[in-house]
Amino acid sequence: MLQGTAREIGEVVIVDFSGKITLGEGSSTLRHTIRGLIDRGHRKIVLNLFDVDYIDSSGIGELVSGYTTVKNAEGDMKLLHLTKRVHDLLQITRLFTVFDVRSDEEEAIRSFR
Amino acid sequence: MAANSQHVEVTLETMLESVDLAESIVMRVAEASGFSEEDIHKIGMAVREGVINAYNYGNQQNRAKKIGLTIEMSPENMTVRVLDQGKGFELHEVPDPLAEENLLRTSGRGLFLMRAFMDEFTVRPGPNGGAELVMVKKLPDAVSGNGAA
Repeated sequence: MLQGTAREIGEVVIVDFSGKITLGEGSSTLRHTIRGLIDRGHRKIVLNLFDVDYIDSSGIGELVSGYTTVKNAEGDMKLLHLTKRVHDLLQITRLFTVFDVRSDEEEAIRSFR
Repeated sequence: MAANSQHVEVTLETMLESVDLAESIVMRVAEASGFSEEDIHKIGMAVREGVINAYNYGNQQNRAKKIGLTIEMSPENMTVRVLDQGKGFELHEVPDPLAEENLLRTSGRGLFLMRAFMDEFTVRPGPNGGAELVMVKKLPDAVSGNGAA
């Protein structure tokens, strides 16, 4: 199960996720969350994955899909506070070269152009 | 600790819930066999990806089809087989998810992750059609050469 809580700091919205991003409910929650943010006009999005210790290939696919959705809406999306397991997964799948990954929230907020 | 030989065979329904079920079954067997926490996690993830593959691509989410899960423990390793009732496929025909042109694809990483998490991984035709994913994880004692007497 995945839960997300959004908070806004200026133009940036940070979603604090907790749980697993896996096939089914978790992936679906991630997809609807990002879609909902875009629909409400948000274009600077940070996904805080501090409390997400498990992601499967479906979850990775949803992260990629979300990234593409935000980019197509002329926005930007960053990942924050990856756990070691998620970090290693993104590394071996070469998605570390795609996503903007940050380890500090203030730095992530400042990094939006 | 050397593992006794065991054979576990489960027939799973082609349902989303079978993914979690398969993962938990194989992780319990791995834990009882003496794998490290990290290896248990990797084995669980690999089997999860295998059942997702069978559910989505092999059986096309067709509830009338089944997924076969077999776990074999030997003193040297754990072998897991995931069998679907689909049309089968050739591993070399699957696009490389690490290729630049495929990085932004939203699917296609499952097979890669199975290969990454297990010591051996192959795909072969099922005995009655479909595809059988075969993955092997060596037990720590077998890897280090410290076999039990």
